[in-house]
Amino acid sequence: MNEFLTLMKSEWLVTAIIFLLLFIKIGKGLKNETLLPVIQVLLLLNFILGFLFTKEGHLFGNMFFTNPLIAFQKSILNFGVFLISLLFTDWLKKSQQLPEFFMLILSALLGMFLMISSGNLLIFFLSLELATIPVAALANFDLGKKRSSEGAMKMILSSAFSSGILLFGISLLYGATGTISFAELPQQLDGSPLQVLAFVFLFTAFAFKLSIVPFHLWTADVYEGSPVAVTSFLSVISKGSVAFIFITALYKVFQPMQEVWYAILVILAIATMVIGNLFAIRQQNIKRFLAFSSIAQVGFILVGISSNDRAGLVAVVYFILIYIFSNLAAFGVAGVIATASGKENISDYKGLYKTNPFLSWILTLALFSLAGIPPTAGFFGKLFLITAGASKGTYWFIAIAALNMVISLYYYLRIVRAMFMDKNEHPIPTIKTNNIAKLGLIICGTGILLTGLLSWIYDYIQSLVT
Amino acid sequence: MNLLLLIGLPVLTALAVLLSRNKQQVKWISLLGSLAQLGLAIALLFAFRQERAANNTAQMLFEQHYKLFAALNINFHIGVDGISVAMVLLTSFVVMAGVLVSWNIEKMTKEFYFLLILLALGAYGFFISLDLFILFFFLEISVIPKYLLIGIWGSGRKEYSANKLALMLMGGSALILVGILGLYFTAGHSFDLLSLSKTNIPGNIQHIIFPFLFIGFGVFTALFPFHTWVPDGHSSAPTAGSMFLAGISMKLGGYGCLRVATYLLPEGAKEYANIIIILSAIAILYGAFATMMQKDLKYINAYSSVSHVGFSLLGIGMLTQTAITGALLQMVSHGLMTALFFAVIGMIYDRTHTRMVAEMGGLMKVMPFISTVFFIVGLCSLGLPGLSGFVAEITVFMGSWQVDDTFHRIATIIAAMSIVVTAVYILRAIGQTVMGPVKNENFLQLKDATWNEKWAAIILVAGIVAIGVAPGWLNNLLRPAAQVIMDRISGK
Repeated sequence: MNEFLTLMKSEWLVTAIIFLLLFIKIGKGLKNETLLPVIQVLLLLNFILGFLFTKEGHLFGNMFFTNPLIAFQKSILNFGVFLISLLFTDWLKKSQQLPEFFMLILSALLGMFLMISSGNLLIFFLSLELATIPVAALANFDLGKKRSSEGAMKMILSSAFSSGILLFGISLLYGATGTISFAELPQQLDGSPLQVLAFVFLFTAFAFKLSIVPFHLWTADVYEGSPVAVTSFLSVISKGSVAFIFITALYKVFQPMQEVWYAILVILAIATMVIGNLFAIRQQNIKRFLAFSSIAQVGFILVGISSNDRAGLVAVVYFILIYIFSNLAAFGVAGVIATASGKENISDYKGLYKTNPFLSWILTLALFSLAGIPPTAGFFGKLFLITAGASKGTYWFIAIAALNMVISLYYYLRIVRAMFMDKNEHPIPTIKTNNIAKLGLIICGTGILLTGLLSWIYDYIQSLVT
Repeated sequence: MNLLLLIGLPVLTALAVLLSRNKQQVKWISLLGSLAQLGLAIALLFAFRQERAANNTAQMLFEQHYKLFAALNINFHIGVDGISVAMVLLTSFVVMAGVLVSWNIEKMTKEFYFLLILLALGAYGFFISLDLFILFFFLEISVIPKYLLIGIWGSGRKEYSANKLALMLMGGSALILVGILGLYFTAGHSFDLLSLSKTNIPGNIQHIIFPFLFIGFGVFTALFPFHTWVPDGHSSAPTAGSMFLAGISMKLGGYGCLRVATYLLPEGAKEYANIIIILSAIAILYGAFATMMQKDLKYINAYSSVSHVGFSLLGIGMLTQTAITGALLQMVSHGLMTALFFAVIGMIYDRTHTRMVAEMGGLMKVMPFISTVFFIVGLCSLGLPGLSGFVAEITVFMGSWQVDDTFHRIATIIAAMSIVVTAVYILRAIGQTVMGPVKNENFLQLKDATWNEKWAAIILVAGIVAIGVAPGWLNNLLRPAAQVIMDRISGK
């Protein structure tokens, strides 16, 4: 009974918060000004408690599995949600449905927790759905905007499609091997054509969620339509959680078929980096821009995953931690600006430094971290991904990845240039940033600067991977 | 001597600059910081000579070793040999002068000085790191400040130049990264420069990795045909930016070509030496002729930099001890000289508001101090004995002449011919700007150098003369370190 509580503690805590919000909502309700700090404190507590009792163990006959690394991954996701609650304070306060927003976002988070803990394809499928459907509702959160509904529609349709493919893949795999348990699958895999076909279907479902090229087409529209808070959740937390389970699936479950997936990964990684980068160059809207940049980032994650060893796993977890700081900082600034002025185009950012130096510096740091420029953490994150990818000795692959870093620098510098160099008659007026949001941005900025330089963070993750 | 001071001091200065309240504080903090750094560099020189005099023959002195990312075998490993000491010294001279020259920057002063110091930090760290990962880290740190310095404070087509520079340098970094990772995996997961220098890397792998590293660093040091960022970048940058670019930043590349590419991959260096020689001979001659066509002072110096840096690469390509020593001398000499050149051009431009040679004339009558310095640096550039340029170039030629086959002879002769062309464009530029009657009436009201400009010029002229008159101390510093590199090349 005790194990039942401690092993699943993250899930219980999140569920408790969801129910609390539900009672508040159906009870008298609270004003946003009082409710939001309560939620923020609860999320912070949830994050801190995530570090306690991190044991290895499984429940429900191997359906649920956890260990210190998975607990850490959940903490990363927890932290991301906590940061989102800080960064978008202004927007959330104005929101008509604050409790619903967090109920949905936490339901999705619960789904992600179960997903990265799943030890069985069935629970994996269920939790993946739990992690997807609330997000589709969230994408529609700007009720007045047509684009928001359009984005939500695209998202729900494409994820329904990918779920169908996933289910089909699972059923084929069950037919071919007679089991759906992660622990038993590897012994049954022998690379027969049916299994490869099943694997390709499963892979496609992952690719949809991670928006790997050529399954990325929904990304930009959904990102653009959704409110910035939701976009940031989609691009950071959602991607991160899927990457975690993806790497488990490849390294643990489909290890016997590594020749098959290595080839696929290399091709898709190159395609994802190149297409993401080339499309990002042309974008005018900051959210679309960040959408394509996040596609390119996933390409780099694939480079790390392709290494198929401990270094790859560590590098991916480390990168996602850094990615949360960097991308949330970028979205945070975009969110503050969008909420205060309603402007979302890159050309609106011209001359931003004159009026809003703090926001400009944070955004610059975030962009440099995304581009992988030292001393920001992104440099270390990207370099370790590439180092992991190089372990197989395919230098042309690494050279392509390294050259993609140069392409990406070009478009990240575009925004830096707009903020610092371009002249503008009517720049965005000075925005009075809410203190809580400022705190969130400072946390992100500190994270960007220190995560890389403090090397024990990497060593800590390394020590978790057994 | 604790080498961490060399990195710690710029970090502290940069932080102090960020926290300072007004422009005056920013300037004085930067000045004090760079002065302290200069003192530190000179102290390092003396400490180094003392150790060597006490027969400490370790390859690297003052080594320090900290574990950074233990799992990947990345260490914070620093230490210096003669080459590093010389480069640190060069950097501190140029930084000091750069800070002084920028005294009148009014636009975003704090940010400007912060970026200057960040750039300097990258250079100091780069020259003392003995771990390729750390080296790469510091190399990349120095790229973005250049972009911002040119883009925000520059002139002319600044956005274009800044973009071109940042992207080309990052492209070079990308190649370096591939090369470093190649070394890392073939040598059994090690980034350590000293242990890599003792491993035998198979010849065929060296042939693959060497071009990545050499071209990568070559982009930084304007290796032909990757030199195209130099004229645009230099001419658009603010004065201190150009000084740092040409004086420090291009030396990062030369140092990397020698220390990382040639030293660690001797087989690769031998394989591609002829190509390096051909490319650098082209750069020397092409740079010189291109300079003849320029009318803008900054472009003149930018193209002549391409030509002069070619001598460094030529020296490396010759693979003899004297030539490599000459290449290093040329790096130091050119660093001081070109920084001074840009400083003087900046001073002239601040007063006359033009950089066109044709529009000037008779400046000697109006601003004698600046004109004299201009004269000195011009003579140094064309290789007048008694100034550093002569010492460096003659060493390169002597080293090249030691290789006695026709190909190397022809390359040496071609390179030597460029000196004539240099004399033509330098004398013409100086003659038209400094000598003759005053062409523009308005110039008569112009004032001579202010105290800060005078000090900047004096520091750099002192360096040039010190090397030119008494090259022995620098030679003694560089030659043993060059011998270590040669030993590895000749397989001893």
